[in-house]
Amino acid sequence: MSSKIKSLKYNGKWDFSPSIESIENLSIQKEYQLFINGQFQQPLAKKYFPSINPSNEQQLSRIAKAESEDVDMAVKSARVAFNGQWGKISGKERAKYIYRIARLIQEKSKELAIVETLDGGKPIRESRDIDIPLAAAHFFYYAGWADKLEYAFPNRFPKPLGVVGQIIPWNFPLMMAAWKIAPALATGNTVVLKPAESTSITALLLAEIIKEAELPPGVVNIITGDGSTGNLIVNHPDVNKIAFTGSTQVGKSIMENISGTNKRSTMELGGKAANIIFEDAPLDQAVEGVINGIYFNQGHVCCAGSRLFIQESVYDVVLRKLKDRMQSLLVGNPLDKNTDIGAVNSKQQLATIQKYIDIGVKEGADIFQLNCELPKNGYWCPPTLFTNVSQSHSIAKEEIFGPVLAVQTFRTTQEVINKANNTPYGLSAGVWTDKGSKAFNLASKLKAGVIWANTYNKFDPTSPFGGYKESGHGREGGLHGLSPYLNLE
Amino acid sequence: MSKRIKVLKTYKIFIDGKFPRTESGRYTQLKKDNLTIANVCLSSRKDIRNAVLSARNVFESWSSKSAYNRSQILYRIAEMMEGNKNQFIEELILQGEDSNKAILEINQSIDRIIYFAGWPDKINPIFGSVNPVASSHFNFTILEPMGVVGIVAPEENSLLGLISSIIPVILSGNTCVTIVSEKLPLCAISLAEVISNSDVPNGVVNIITGSKDELAPHLAQHMDVNALGINIDNKELKNQMFFQASNNLKRVVDVSKQKIEDSSFESPYIVKKFMEAKTIWHPIEKDFNSTNNY
Repeated sequence: MSSKIKSLKYNGKWDFSPSIESIENLSIQKEYQLFINGQFQQPLAKKYFPSINPSNEQQLSRIAKAESEDVDMAVKSARVAFNGQWGKISGKERAKYIYRIARLIQEKSKELAIVETLDGGKPIRESRDIDIPLAAAHFFYYAGWADKLEYAFPNRFPKPLGVVGQIIPWNFPLMMAAWKIAPALATGNTVVLKPAESTSITALLLAEIIKEAELPPGVVNIITGDGSTGNLIVNHPDVNKIAFTGSTQVGKSIMENISGTNKRSTMELGGKAANIIFEDAPLDQAVEGVINGIYFNQGHVCCAGSRLFIQESVYDVVLRKLKDRMQSLLVGNPLDKNTDIGAVNSKQQLATIQKYIDIGVKEGADIFQLNCELPKNGYWCPPTLFTNVSQSHSIAKEEIFGPVLAVQTFRTTQEVINKANNTPYGLSAGVWTDKGSKAFNLASKLKAGVIWANTYNKFDPTSPFGGYKESGHGREGGLHGLSPYLNLE
Repeated sequence: MSKRIKVLKTYKIFIDGKFPRTESGRYTQLKKDNLTIANVCLSSRKDIRNAVLSARNVFESWSSKSAYNRSQILYRIAEMMEGNKNQFIEELILQGEDSNKAILEINQSIDRIIYFAGWPDKINPIFGSVNPVASSHFNFTILEPMGVVGIVAPEENSLLGLISSIIPVILSGNTCVTIVSEKLPLCAISLAEVISNSDVPNGVVNIITGSKDELAPHLAQHMDVNALGINIDNKELKNQMFFQASNNLKRVVDVSKQKIEDSSFESPYIVKKFMEAKTIWHPIEKDFNSTNNY
């Protein structure tokens, strides 16, 4: 059978004229300070670390490193704001501030998209069409909740928690900041947020927006630094809640750190999502979904569909279509509007991905990689897939957080449910089938917080997101994203 | 220097995004201290019919916009009103309000639009449901807009009352034909001007001035109107409208007893009254050993 399946011929690469986003009108400061109590201020120890453009390894800026006393100052100012003006104004007025932030992000969306791409390496098409619009939408959506909480939680007289510490990852820097800050403000809390070390700049541009929106000082504090700064926030005695998005490993250590305290928490952690293709699925659409599921944002997505399960009867044809589709992906300059796959976020992450690719080969899986020319400088990984993968392979068990897909097969529905659930993670899953009844059956059986049926990697502020099991707890987005920031007792 | 001659404003009605005069050519004079403030259109049955047609035509596209998009358009109306505050304040004063009350009314009106602008994408999370039926089915209920809503706005609180009559109706995707305050119609026309500059599609809001006794029954009887939202003091007229609305079982929402000025008016329940509930069944594949439900 398989020998009869014809393959598309890609003689040389598809040539597109470059369409590079202009950075002429952009001004990135040489140095960024901490945003505490409504002011940009130098860190007391005057230490800075570089922010690197991962697509050319050039330094974009220097970012302030917050240490113990800076963190303390940020928490204090958040506390004063909570006890003061912010705690007293009505939900209606809070809403107006948050709407302002949404509008200002919309106004500056182009600039924010370009900086996101320069600092993080993601394709401009994604930062322009996904990250920034979703960030604005998130603020707009939660602004509307600020004066409507009594309808979300009838008879519970919802009250804010106080000062919340928020630590976010480098894969969707501004969007993650929005996911964290918007619901916290809508519910009346004040915030100390730390962006990831390698992607601080858009968070600091957001700090400028917050200043421009005239939020009372101290309501939002944005402090930068590495994991040690995050630790200081987690362990600060005057923080009421920790909201963390990042790896399961760090999530566990945060939970250890706050155990025995009264701190509340939301953990949005790693994943190893199953993407399941049944023989009756619209196969071309499914292949698009698989490509988007694993190669979107270079695979730096906690809900990436990194395990593909194909029903045996369509294995050959799906694999052929998948490889063909991979051949047409364009890897390169993230500022080029044609680019599908940008740069890996950091040198360190590239090493992690490379380590897993080596393990995959060593453990006996078959590797297939897009044969393309990679830029000389910067951190790059071509889209990769492994076949002949078994459930016990490391690449099928562990989160890689890169553009690496592990393909397995199945015969029956029960078999694929067992295989898909055979993981400590449970963030998301995808199902591809023409039968609605099958999709709903799978949706009820898969142990994951988000199920995508005949689609993948869809996000919306109205839609709750978060994981089962070791993928974390609590939900972000929608009505369910409000309660983690409220005292409803 | 000679005194500048002021340009007087012509007050017209608002149908399908345009500002026509009434087809009937009739008008009434609005006076203050025996001076004419404005010539106001005395609209006719034909104007009502034109407005319903336009509201019906745009219903499909307005109701199929994303809730987020409708939210932003409503927010835009508030932004535009904030910029045109003085015009509204002048008109409220011209119609006899004192300036403090006028400022209060415009501020309250803008804030009320902002309040309701937050609801389009939150109505279904509050009122929709997933229903745990005993069979192997995914069963859920969502709220949808009704269609064209005929509105009779209150006589007093000519701006806040009008906003409170229109915004909760259109936010879910309904379109409307509104008969405005008979004795205080000026703000209504200015609101129409704001709406026409706020990305609201033509026909979503239609504004008609004139005699309520004459016009309201035409709205109540119209066979292509799905619901009525009425705020009327005249008991006889109200009863007549309830009676006439039965001809095609229009839903009639009587808000006459609600305190418009009070913040208690602001709730999603007024929005829900202009929506229909739809329940959807979808089978769930059964395993050998279990029945699935949600």
